[in-house]
Amino acid sequence: MMTSETPNQLNQNAIQVNNVLHRYKTTDDDKGLFIAQWRVQRGQQVFLHGESGSGKTTLLNLLAGVLTPNEGNIHILNQPFSTLKAHKRDKFRADHIGVVFQQFNLIPYLSVLKNIQLANHFSSTHLNNVEERAADYVQKLKLPANILHTAANALSIGQQQRVAIARALINKPELLLVDEPTSALDASAKDAFMRVLTEVCEAAGATLVFVSHDMYLRQFFPVSVEMSELLSQREDV
Amino acid sequence: MLMSLSWNSLRSRKKSVVLTFFSLLISISVLLSVEHIRLQAKESFNRTISDVDLIVGAPSGQLNLLLYSVFRMGSPTNNIYYQSYERLKNHEQVSWAIPISLGDSHQGFRVMGTNAAYFAHFKYGNKQALTFEKGQPFQSLFQTVIGADVAKKLGYQVGDEVVIAHGAGSTSFTHHDDTPFTVSGILKSTGTPVDKTVHVSLTAIEAIHLPHPQQTKLLENPSAAADLAPESVTAVLLGLKSKFAIFKLQRDVNNDKSDKLMAILPGVALNELWQLMATVENLLRVISVLILVSSLFGLSTMLLASMQQRQHEIAVLRVLGAGPHVIFTLVLLEALILVVLAMLAATGLISLAISLLSDWLSSTYGLFLSANMMQTEIILVYAVVIIASIITSAIPAYDAYKSALHSTLSAR
Repeated sequence: MMTSETPNQLNQNAIQVNNVLHRYKTTDDDKGLFIAQWRVQRGQQVFLHGESGSGKTTLLNLLAGVLTPNEGNIHILNQPFSTLKAHKRDKFRADHIGVVFQQFNLIPYLSVLKNIQLANHFSSTHLNNVEERAADYVQKLKLPANILHTAANALSIGQQQRVAIARALINKPELLLVDEPTSALDASAKDAFMRVLTEVCEAAGATLVFVSHDMYLRQFFPVSVEMSELLSQREDV
Repeated sequence: MLMSLSWNSLRSRKKSVVLTFFSLLISISVLLSVEHIRLQAKESFNRTISDVDLIVGAPSGQLNLLLYSVFRMGSPTNNIYYQSYERLKNHEQVSWAIPISLGDSHQGFRVMGTNAAYFAHFKYGNKQALTFEKGQPFQSLFQTVIGADVAKKLGYQVGDEVVIAHGAGSTSFTHHDDTPFTVSGILKSTGTPVDKTVHVSLTAIEAIHLPHPQQTKLLENPSAAADLAPESVTAVLLGLKSKFAIFKLQRDVNNDKSDKLMAILPGVALNELWQLMATVENLLRVISVLILVSSLFGLSTMLLASMQQRQHEIAVLRVLGAGPHVIFTLVLLEALILVVLAMLAATGLISLAISLLSDWLSSTYGLFLSANMMQTEIILVYAVVIIASIITSAIPAYDAYKSALHSTLSAR
């Protein structure tokens, strides 16, 4: 991970974290998160494992650009990301990063289609075939075909999580960030969900960073990273 | 897209949204109707009389004289001698004089005795003369000219016979059933009390008050009407040759020795009316503004309360790439959708109410209100309401903005 890279290898980085320090403001004792170096190559599917409180959600927030590091920088797709101005970061996220949360991914009162269209609305890739692509994903994600016009709050959690994948992928993002998406699913639904997620992601050619505390899910990924391995020690942290 | 998002968000909170909508509807209706009625009342009163320099009647208050002579409100206190009218008419400064004689009614509409000068010189609105829809001024004793509303309400045509009663109510104890009049003309609608008036000649007013046997004689031999000289009139409307003479003539009339007279300037009397109303007007405006402010606070309270449940929604929108300003706009849009809908509904409601009540308002208060709300002042009120709602809903919108700034993926 700390090896020096040739320019060629650099071009293939989806994520590049350099000396990032994030301080939790809530505590006075200068507790923080420090990552010296981390690279994720384009197209990789990475399982990021960590216990609760290990800072994995914070890292995801930093990668999504919702939080910014106090020190250091993050490059996404070889472009400076964490140092962008807030509105440019929002735009960049809309265009290049898809996010799936643990739960509550959808606007409850909108239809599934509207939810997906909304994601496209905020990005600069104004697709003219959103509905078509949405229907395509519905099929790939093994959802019932008529689901597009159902209100999001009428779906089961499992269905909502799959729609969230479709929503996250609609703008053809290069990077997909997923945070414990299966925590509300039962065992059989978990397996099915993981399979469609990895399949669809591979087909879309998107880099996947999957965050979970559940070691069981590790089997679905070629690469696995321990949160504790990522964190480096710094005297003042 | 944002519009549809706001709209759907409102729909998802139907109950509180509908209640807030009604509160807005009521308060905006109150504000708009106070403004509209205030403006329209002024306009309606101002357009009733035009180009009349002086009104002469029996001494009472100047408002009283104005109200009964022009607006047909209240009852005349006293009459003046017919000779006084003739003296005024022949005064060197007077260009024209219209005598009017009030006190009778027909099916609830006031009957006014006058002469040809009325049709020639009476003006309303912006110096518009009276014009005939059909027919012509009365020529003989038992002919009448009716206003547009009278014709419409009672279904009269030119040539119809009508009966005129004594007294001003719609049910009168002594009906003058024996003196039928023929409609000789119908006036075009003016939007003033003229529309609600039945016009007859001054002699006809005398005739309907004659004892029964004499009336019968008169009907058999109408040429005898020449003997029926009117003894008194209620008021005289004067147009002068020169505006500079108004005050001198007013003084002369007020000091007249042969009759008890009072002359008033219609504009001055109207001003007195507005001054009387100003306090009430301002009070009503203050109250309606306060009601509006309270319902706008209700609106922002509703939005603020919803913010608690909408943390997830905001987190989702943030992650989709919506900046905090988008979240701010979204909340503001929700408020504006509600306010604009309430304004449209209020406008419709008031227009409907006015068109339903216009008959009653014009006959009871002499108010001719237009149901059309699109006036500059009303549009100004719309703008003020919009600005006020933007200011008050900026509070919940800023709340949403702040929570959007701090919203992270872990928002649960």
